[in-house]
Amino acid sequence: MSTIAFFGAIETGLIFALVAFGVFIAFRVLNFPDLTVDGSFPLGAAVAASLIVAGYHPWWATCIAMGAGFVAGSVTAWLNVRLQILHLLASILTMIALYSINLRIMGRPNIALLGETTVLTPWEALPLPYYLIAPLFLALVVALICWGLIAFMHSETGLAMRAAGANPRMARAQGVNTGYLTILGIGLANALVALAGAFFAQTQGSADVTMGVGVIVVGLAAVIGGEALIATTSLARWVVAVLIGALVYRLAVALALNTDALGLQAQDLNLVTSVLVTLAIVAPRFKKPLSKR
Amino acid sequence: MLRIEGLSLVFHPNTPLQKQVFKDFNLSIPHGQFVTLIGSNGAGKSSLLNAIAGEVHPQAGRLYVGERDISALATHQRAPWIARVFQDPMAGTCEHLSIEENLALAIKRGQKRHLNRALKYEYRQIFCERLASLGLGLENRLQDLMGQLSGGQRQAVSLLMATLQPLDILLLDEHTAALDPKTAAFVLNLTAQIVKQQNLTVLMVTHSMRQALAVGDRTLMLHEGKLVFDVSGEQRKALEVKDLLALFSHNVGEELSDDALLLG
Repeated sequence: MSTIAFFGAIETGLIFALVAFGVFIAFRVLNFPDLTVDGSFPLGAAVAASLIVAGYHPWWATCIAMGAGFVAGSVTAWLNVRLQILHLLASILTMIALYSINLRIMGRPNIALLGETTVLTPWEALPLPYYLIAPLFLALVVALICWGLIAFMHSETGLAMRAAGANPRMARAQGVNTGYLTILGIGLANALVALAGAFFAQTQGSADVTMGVGVIVVGLAAVIGGEALIATTSLARWVVAVLIGALVYRLAVALALNTDALGLQAQDLNLVTSVLVTLAIVAPRFKKPLSKR
Repeated sequence: MLRIEGLSLVFHPNTPLQKQVFKDFNLSIPHGQFVTLIGSNGAGKSSLLNAIAGEVHPQAGRLYVGERDISALATHQRAPWIARVFQDPMAGTCEHLSIEENLALAIKRGQKRHLNRALKYEYRQIFCERLASLGLGLENRLQDLMGQLSGGQRQAVSLLMATLQPLDILLLDEHTAALDPKTAAFVLNLTAQIVKQQNLTVLMVTHSMRQALAVGDRTLMLHEGKLVFDVSGEQRKALEVKDLLALFSHNVGEELSDDALLLG
């Protein structure tokens, strides 16, 4: 693998770490299988790209994209909590609705950001090779969010959210408003996914309405892969495992696509993803008998 | 104190599965009273606790804690006054959270939760002190996951969690039923001790007539949604399990057929 391909993989890995954090909050903390992700990722991209093209400051555009993701997630959770629709179905409904909404927001299937000012523009003045700029910027942002997520999960509200996901009956008995925390948590998860979408559009130079397909699987691959690699004995370790899972997943994909002997090409990406996720789910089962737990 | 007025509860109304659990049910528990409640399966014991806690919503009736009408409140809104220990040791605690995190969750029962750190030095001091009073050595295992504790240890911690904050009524839902006899005796003793120390108002559901007479100061028996007897004071002190059985057949006009009630 070339240096450029390596840092390219790190760059996408860091963006998908944000998706993985979102998937982690939904699937692991709240026990809420949320597929809204496939819609909120392009939503973040669409909102950010449209606003940047319209002349908004890129950071403003990115923040509004996050807010849009939060609303999308809250709608899914609200459908589940208040209208009692099965969580999986509720998230599919929002995801499908978002496809139309994203087209409305952009007014066309895709928006190019070439030559526009993005959050990366000020960083391009740094005396660094161009392929290092985005990974460096994203590493800082992801580290900050990783820290924030861990801190939140150790706060009074975060702890209540973890209890609401793990044992809702007990949480209610302790005075925790589980419905409110589900809406807040799924909103937060999709805000992170939309942030990833906004960054993805700005680093790749375009937003496309179809860019969300399979994002949920990539997020899950990062979560499950991270858990297979690192023992999740504490919440902090768990969040870091998810981050490392996202990076390793992207490197594995880059390696698979760059190894000529395998004969794989870019269009095989989704196949490779499915195989890797399957391996990550199955691998821990083979580990146990050997260590004689 | 707790007052229930005209409680009517129907499960699955207007369906073939419709079941009337309570019809115009009344009960009043004065402050500081420790009430034990027995009844066979399906008598409505758990439904009564669930109605008081807010997990099921009755079709009619009012519920008062002190002078406050809590009938319309959801479970989490009732938490400032009502605390509960569940039958299943898994149900009352979070196994994936540490002992101190479980306690930190309970120390904010009925209060607003903010973005402050959930675990503070002052809290840890309180937790250590309270855990030490259990005599189980748990004060040295604050960071251990709850899931690593035995059923009895978890029930003991559940009791602590329920009584960390002031409360008006403590609901105990067969909280020793899932434990072995020795551990059950330990948890029951602990219950009596905490209730006495804090002068709590308690409604304890139990499956065992012996246990119902062994602790508390008033015993109720529920049968098909109605109170078949309500004994307290001197009358209760003189009673044994066989007297309760006689009381039951006298008041209901049939023999009690639930072995679990007799053997427990």
